[in-house]
Amino acid sequence: MTHTINVTVNGTAYQRTVEARLLLSDFLRHDLGLTGTHVGCEQGSCGACTILLDGEAVRSCLLFAVQVDGHELTTVEGLTPDWDMASTHEDLHPIQIAFREKHGLQCGFCTPGFLMTLVPFLAENPDPTEHEIRQAISGNLCRCTGYVGIVEAVKLAAELLREDDKVTG
Amino acid sequence: MTTRYFGKPIRRNEDPRLLTGQALFTDDVELPGMLHAAFVRSDYAHAWLRGIDTSLARDLPGVVAIYTAADLGDYWQPGPLLVNPPPIKDLVFNTATQVPLARDKVRHAGEPIAIVVAESRYIAEDAVDLIFVDYDPLPAIVHLADALKPDASIIHDDLGTNLNAHVIQEKGNYAAAAAQADLVIKRHFDYDRGTAAAMENRGIVATWDAKSEQLTMWDTTQAPISIRNGLAGMLGLSERQVRVIAPFIGGGFGPKIMMFYPEEVLLSWITMRLNRPVKWIEDRRENFFATTQERGQVHEAEIALTRDGKVLGVKDVFLHDAGAYAPYGLTVPINSQCTLLGQYDVANYYTEFTSVFTNKPIVTPYRGAGRQHGVFVMERLLDFAARELGIDRAEIRRRNFIPPDAFPYSNDIIFQDFAPLVYDSGNYEPALDRVLEMIDYKHFIEVEQPRLRAEGKHVGLGLVTYVEGTGIGPYEGAKVTVEASGRVSVATGIGTQGQGHFTSFAQVVAEQLGVPVENIRLVTGDTSEFYWGAGTFASRGAVVAGNAIHAAAVAVRRKILDKASEELEVDPEDLELVDGVVQVKGVPASAIPLGELARRANPMRGAVKPGSEPGLEATDYFGPERGATASGVHAMIVEVDPETMMVQIKRHVVVHDCGTVINPMILEGQIQGGVAQGLGNAFYEQLHWDDNGQLLNASFMDFLLPTADTVPHVEMDHVVTPSPLNPLGIKGAGEAGAIPVAPLFAQAVEDALIDFDVELNEIPLSPNRLFELVAEARGLHGSES
Ligand code: FES
Ligand code: FES
Repeated sequence: MTHTINVTVNGTAYQRTVEARLLLSDFLRHDLGLTGTHVGCEQGSCGACTILLDGEAVRSCLLFAVQVDGHELTTVEGLTPDWDMASTHEDLHPIQIAFREKHGLQCGFCTPGFLMTLVPFLAENPDPTEHEIRQAISGNLCRCTGYVGIVEAVKLAAELLREDDKVTG
Repeated sequence: MTTRYFGKPIRRNEDPRLLTGQALFTDDVELPGMLHAAFVRSDYAHAWLRGIDTSLARDLPGVVAIYTAADLGDYWQPGPLLVNPPPIKDLVFNTATQVPLARDKVRHAGEPIAIVVAESRYIAEDAVDLIFVDYDPLPAIVHLADALKPDASIIHDDLGTNLNAHVIQEKGNYAAAAAQADLVIKRHFDYDRGTAAAMENRGIVATWDAKSEQLTMWDTTQAPISIRNGLAGMLGLSERQVRVIAPFIGGGFGPKIMMFYPEEVLLSWITMRLNRPVKWIEDRRENFFATTQERGQVHEAEIALTRDGKVLGVKDVFLHDAGAYAPYGLTVPINSQCTLLGQYDVANYYTEFTSVFTNKPIVTPYRGAGRQHGVFVMERLLDFAARELGIDRAEIRRRNFIPPDAFPYSNDIIFQDFAPLVYDSGNYEPALDRVLEMIDYKHFIEVEQPRLRAEGKHVGLGLVTYVEGTGIGPYEGAKVTVEASGRVSVATGIGTQGQGHFTSFAQVVAEQLGVPVENIRLVTGDTSEFYWGAGTFASRGAVVAGNAIHAAAVAVRRKILDKASEELEVDPEDLELVDGVVQVKGVPASAIPLGELARRANPMRGAVKPGSEPGLEATDYFGPERGATASGVHAMIVEVDPETMMVQIKRHVVVHDCGTVINPMILEGQIQGGVAQGLGNAFYEQLHWDDNGQLLNASFMDFLLPTADTVPHVEMDHVVTPSPLNPLGIKGAGEAGAIPVAPLFAQAVEDALIDFDVELNEIPLSPNRLFELVAEARGLHGSES
């Protein structure tokens, strides 16, 4: 059983015909080639596949592609839409800059999920406490870092975003 | 003044690719016409296979092929024994290695029986459900102690026994030492199995190009070169016809260096049969069965001491769980034996182990690789001894340290690299002193703890030490090239799984060539880029590959200086390399950019000096004579809620000596991450097997990993005792965080629960288990009084 869906991902509109049972994570990765979204468990418990659905963080392994018909998605690739070979550190998104500065990633497999969890979190909590940060990312598993680098990165990211805000007013 | 790159917390070269979602992981590989594989895996832990009916599945549209063991013909072979048993007197060793697909019998739940190849993964999985396997179940060996019972069902019938190995190693004479001791303490210790649970599951994409007769395989392996060599042999190809690429890998921790996983053997063969690319990506549930695990051991140990706490001897007899097959030989239990004595000068040591086959997934090294067990046993014994003798726990450790002038120090027994276990260097007291200072030991013991206890709080402290044999041979190699663009490329054979090699190795090169780290591009894990090597294991990447890269970089530096001295007509001694140029010291006007020099070293016309090599490039190798011994001390303060038995870690302090440090930021990340895994092992991660050998919690819903709200911020400091065994003075650090956390945690929690009089002699613990142990201790108490 196939269905035709219309979906906007990172600002680009796509129309695709998909099987009803196709997971959104597989659709993004294999049909659209957006492989930055990673899959660690396919059962909603690791957070690696987190993306934004109409601005809210969701786990793409827990949705079917057909469920996002007519919606707007952002994946990790959408944080730096103009990224190319010539791009530099400064072209990264502030949260990405903070992750790099504070060594918030090792193998980097969990990282896109953390970044996408943090985008709406920091938008709503521009100045979070460490406790709030740790709660916010407690649904994302990372096996490499022991989380401290990530927590420090979130603190720095909040700071960078607040500065950005001031500049753009 | 030239810029220093070595030893600096430089941000990582690999991060932009990872952060933007551009880094290539195995599952990201898409090829035209690619097929997808899924496996039929055994429902039983131990059973005869009576038949496999694939007929319905074959009829499913979209199914391209199905293979069982019978279809593999002569290609069906048990895997190689990767590590021969070391040369130890009277050693007994029965080998049994894994097979590509089970043929007559299945030996652990999840063992592959058939592989389906289809147009999509979804169809392949549908087909798996349509395959019917006729099993004749046998009793499963789940508990170690059952394996050698007279009526035990035999796992490998040709061996006629479940005994995998029996090894005795001795230093001095324990029995004589014990006879003279003032105190002998004996205990039983249980250290259960765990799983590495890297966030990325395993995966493979294999593709055969019939026209160029080339096989390419992307593989989540830690040892691409060894995989290539093995596959070429099995498939009857030249090594030059096989390219194995280990791209970005989402965490390794040991299990990704198995050889061979059945999937590697099968996908490479199938792509050649079908002439189409094939992909298989492990799912999380499969990962709990099909990826190797580690660390089930049961120890009966004793320690003999004088009244003033000097250890006269240690005796340890243990059972080791090899799992269903033992491709890694005795690496893990030998590590346990060789790590047990730790930082202590113990003259008499008797260590005996019996390794048994069980109907559980295969055991191969996982971060720590058996070292945990040794450290757990020794540190716990010292804790009990300190208590009995009324000696402070720091003091009893200090009294037994190997003195700094005793290095190199031999423990006589044979280590996993087949050489006698010799510690190259170390200085243990400064690290202990530093930890005591950082955690404010005296103040906590004398003031804080009594005060908090008076308030009814259950707070405790743990303090443990450990050594880690790292950076063993055989060798690694590297090629360093200055390109005409002025950028430098570095190729090495090892794979990388998040350790920051793209940066730390670049720092090693930058230090020699004066080129900024971001202009140095590292290629690892692609056999077409570098031909020779062994792999990333035993905390050896930085030590062995790092030193190979250093050697190659030194050679390139020499070439640069020679060429520039010719060009500038000055003595090489008067030249310097700064910011990507070579120049007469202090004379920027004389500068030649390295890219320009590389071009001049590769002329397209004219004559070159006889015997000279083109370009600015060098290849070199490094093989240490033996492993370098890293060491460290951890301390921890916990508070336990006696109602819920939840443990809150208040502080965790680590002082570590891994010799010279290339990048302290990366090192601290490794330790912090290792500690998190150690904590998981100590308190969260328990695999629950039922008596049939079924894993009851094979998902992240039920198997708990540490999360951001539970892992503490580890406070760290470093002591540096450079290793004399390699030019950079490096010792490995990859496993240090994880190794000593279990005894540390047990000691701290036990101290917090001092009123309840429990002894924590098993791992993993959990709130539930603590509750049970406290209840048991109370019961015992009741009966004693
Ligand atoms: S892959 Fe979606 S939560 Fe783990
Ligand atoms: S960085 Fe490897 S899982 Fe998080």
